[in-house]
Amino acid sequence: MNSSVIIFPGSNCDRDMDVALKKFGFKNEMVWHDDQQLPKSDLIVLPGGFSYGDYLRCGSIAGKSKIIKSVIDFAAKGGLVLGICNGFQILTETGLLPGVLQQNKNIEFICKNVFVKVNNKNNKYFNSIDKDVLELHIAHNEGNYFCTSDELKMLKDNDLVAVSYCNEKGEVNEKSNPNGALQNIAGIFNKEKNILGMMPHPERMIDKYLSGEDGSIFFKNLLNNFK
Amino acid sequence: MRDVFTMGARPIANLNSIHFGSTQHKKTKNLLRGVVKGIGGYGNCIGVPTIGGQTCFDESYNGNILVNAMTLGLVNKKKIFYSKAAGIGKPVIYVGSKTGRDGIHGASMASAVFDDKIEEKKPTVQVGDPFTEKLLLEACLELMADDSIISIQDMGAAGLTSSSIEMASKGKLGIELDLSKVPCREEKMTPYEIMLSESQERMLIVLENGKEENAKKIFDKWDLDFAVIGKTTTSKKIELYFDSKKVADIPIDFLAEDAPEYDRKWKKTKLPQKIKFKKENFKSLKINNCLIKLLSNPNICEKKWIWNQYDHTVMGDTIQKPGGDAGVVRIHGTEKAVAASVDSSATYCFAHPLTGGKQVVCESWRNLISVGAEPIAITNCLNFGNPEKEKNMGEFVECVQGISEACKYLDFPVVSGNVSFYNETKDKGIKPTPSIGGVGLLKNYKNMLTMDLKNEGNVILVIGKTEGHLDQSVFARNVLNEKKGPPPEINLFNEKNNGSTVMKLIKEKLILSCRDVSLGGIIVTIAKMCIKGKKGVKLNKLKSLINKFEFFFSEDQGRYIIEVSKKNLKKIENILKENSVHFDNLGEVQKDNYINIDSEKISVDELSKHNKNWLMEYMAQ
Repeated sequence: MNSSVIIFPGSNCDRDMDVALKKFGFKNEMVWHDDQQLPKSDLIVLPGGFSYGDYLRCGSIAGKSKIIKSVIDFAAKGGLVLGICNGFQILTETGLLPGVLQQNKNIEFICKNVFVKVNNKNNKYFNSIDKDVLELHIAHNEGNYFCTSDELKMLKDNDLVAVSYCNEKGEVNEKSNPNGALQNIAGIFNKEKNILGMMPHPERMIDKYLSGEDGSIFFKNLLNNFK
Repeated sequence: MRDVFTMGARPIANLNSIHFGSTQHKKTKNLLRGVVKGIGGYGNCIGVPTIGGQTCFDESYNGNILVNAMTLGLVNKKKIFYSKAAGIGKPVIYVGSKTGRDGIHGASMASAVFDDKIEEKKPTVQVGDPFTEKLLLEACLELMADDSIISIQDMGAAGLTSSSIEMASKGKLGIELDLSKVPCREEKMTPYEIMLSESQERMLIVLENGKEENAKKIFDKWDLDFAVIGKTTTSKKIELYFDSKKVADIPIDFLAEDAPEYDRKWKKTKLPQKIKFKKENFKSLKINNCLIKLLSNPNICEKKWIWNQYDHTVMGDTIQKPGGDAGVVRIHGTEKAVAASVDSSATYCFAHPLTGGKQVVCESWRNLISVGAEPIAITNCLNFGNPEKEKNMGEFVECVQGISEACKYLDFPVVSGNVSFYNETKDKGIKPTPSIGGVGLLKNYKNMLTMDLKNEGNVILVIGKTEGHLDQSVFARNVLNEKKGPPPEINLFNEKNNGSTVMKLIKEKLILSCRDVSLGGIIVTIAKMCIKGKKGVKLNKLKSLINKFEFFFSEDQGRYIIEVSKKNLKKIENILKENSVHFDNLGEVQKDNYINIDSEKISVDELSKHNKNWLMEYMAQ
């Protein structure tokens, strides 16, 4: 039940993630990007934010930082790596996940609650979640997922589209697509399903006084895997 | 934000008050789009939520838009950092971004009257870099954890010049700087340029001796420049060196304390005559049509297009998002929360600055109470035209007087502020626009109120007396096309009494939803509560002496709409009577989505559409 949250210069959801992980029972440590060694962890989280200002492509410089080598090794051994928002962008930049995250279709930053459909429960992130539709929160400027047709075929054939934007009823359609993402893709796995990258922020949905509580379901389930 | 974390406070919320020209003006749309992108781009990147704001459109801003930003920070009161330098021979440190040629004379441009040639001055605008700001924020807070810092100030207007002189002046010291040591971004910068550059994301720090190395380590970690550029002296002079040559030697008092003070001439604004509205003014009007017109008015319509572009949930403590009377964030890890609201009422201030000044403060006070927060303090940004004109100077003097009177009466201190003069283009100035940012405290965030109507069968009361004052209301200006007359009168006794009594009801948990009555009067307020709660209301037959338009659309002050349950009604009425607070029972919440008023049945869905779509459609055109 040990987790680590990596802080890059410009990360800004690192504390929120720390709060969420601890709330549900993880022993969490914050790790500086310039470190080489990861503490002993069951889960590594790349948090949201604007690493290095995102002045180049989002996540591209963070994808080359010192700690990332250890993250790649950790993932190769089957460790769980979760990238949220900027973390998802970093995962695509390191090549751990396919595709890219382009600027939102309406060329505006979007901050609001969305619904996502959980497509695959055969993994440690969603295995015991009863609900098929979760209400989560997005806050990003570049969340418009895109990949080549070969990559898309690979994702589909292996059932790797983790979550898709949908409406309250779970219908995945153009109207429920907030940012123009290819086929409403909100999050994807690698082939082994130990790496998950997604745009929505579960850590902002862990309290009924905040935007909602579906994030709690996500973290509780994640923790259950280590009990 | 820099001003806030300079004091050792971590920013926890941003708000903004933005004023644009007429929606018909050719530049308005682009400016709005750009400003929202700019505010969002900066706040979102740093990771501080933007929890509220205010947007106003008026042709007086056609040539000078206003962008006022407010930041709330959280600080341990025993660890506040100030800019007053102390001690002799202490190292003066430069940290942050490198100095470039941007922003030289920026402050003087911002204070100039604009003419046809103003476009040429575009290069004097500084370019902000939120990423560096975020690093600077974290590095400064890290350094502030121990007691290395004697004083710290950000390099704002007039850059290194004003920061160094202010620090020395406050400490009654001198300061010696070697400008060749200032980290520069561009080649061959002269001492003059270095002293006046307004490059952003820079700080000046006076450190304790011997703490340089540890401090440098922190700034290195965050990839920021760090340079010892001088020391404090006893000379009470600012002495500047460049390439080992003395390039300036000026007594500080001459620049700071002894600077000349203006005593400008000013003219009082007379209270305009009240307009006598005649029966035929209202003859062919229907409440429904008027309501649609007001709810889709640019100054009343929902501003979701704007705040959806601001990250308002980062930091995980935003419990009331933009769109309500005030934004609310929890104090992390405690039961407490702070509410904040920004307001301005240029129309009222223009008609009668003294009343307008009082009104903005009262509006802010009411907005805080409406979410259940105890008002604690305000900040203000005073935006005015050219003070060399007697009328403008008079507007300034009387608005300040109004603000002061209201703040004293309501025990609502002004803790900080900013003044912006010369908001004028080709002789045309803006309306007097004091923006007030109010802050309130909730001892327990679980007692926060929202404006959405909760349950059918509940009773709706209006607290405060409705006199039917239509002059200067949105209704008079937009439906009756009458732009003259005095603003609604401010009665500070009633304001305080009504507010405190509402607060009493909130503390006894007797109020289910609440909103203060402002632009558009009672009916616009109720409509917004219906829209948010997806409920309807059945309104009682009027017993009032004034006509229904005066009753529903007047903008009399000191009023709140509250939703209460029937079983508590007697108790509430007694408390209101005991405190001599006037109230009227307006009607009941009902399940079906209609506002029933006399013989009119108004669809809430229809109103909602007009309220929500206007800005979205305007920006899409």
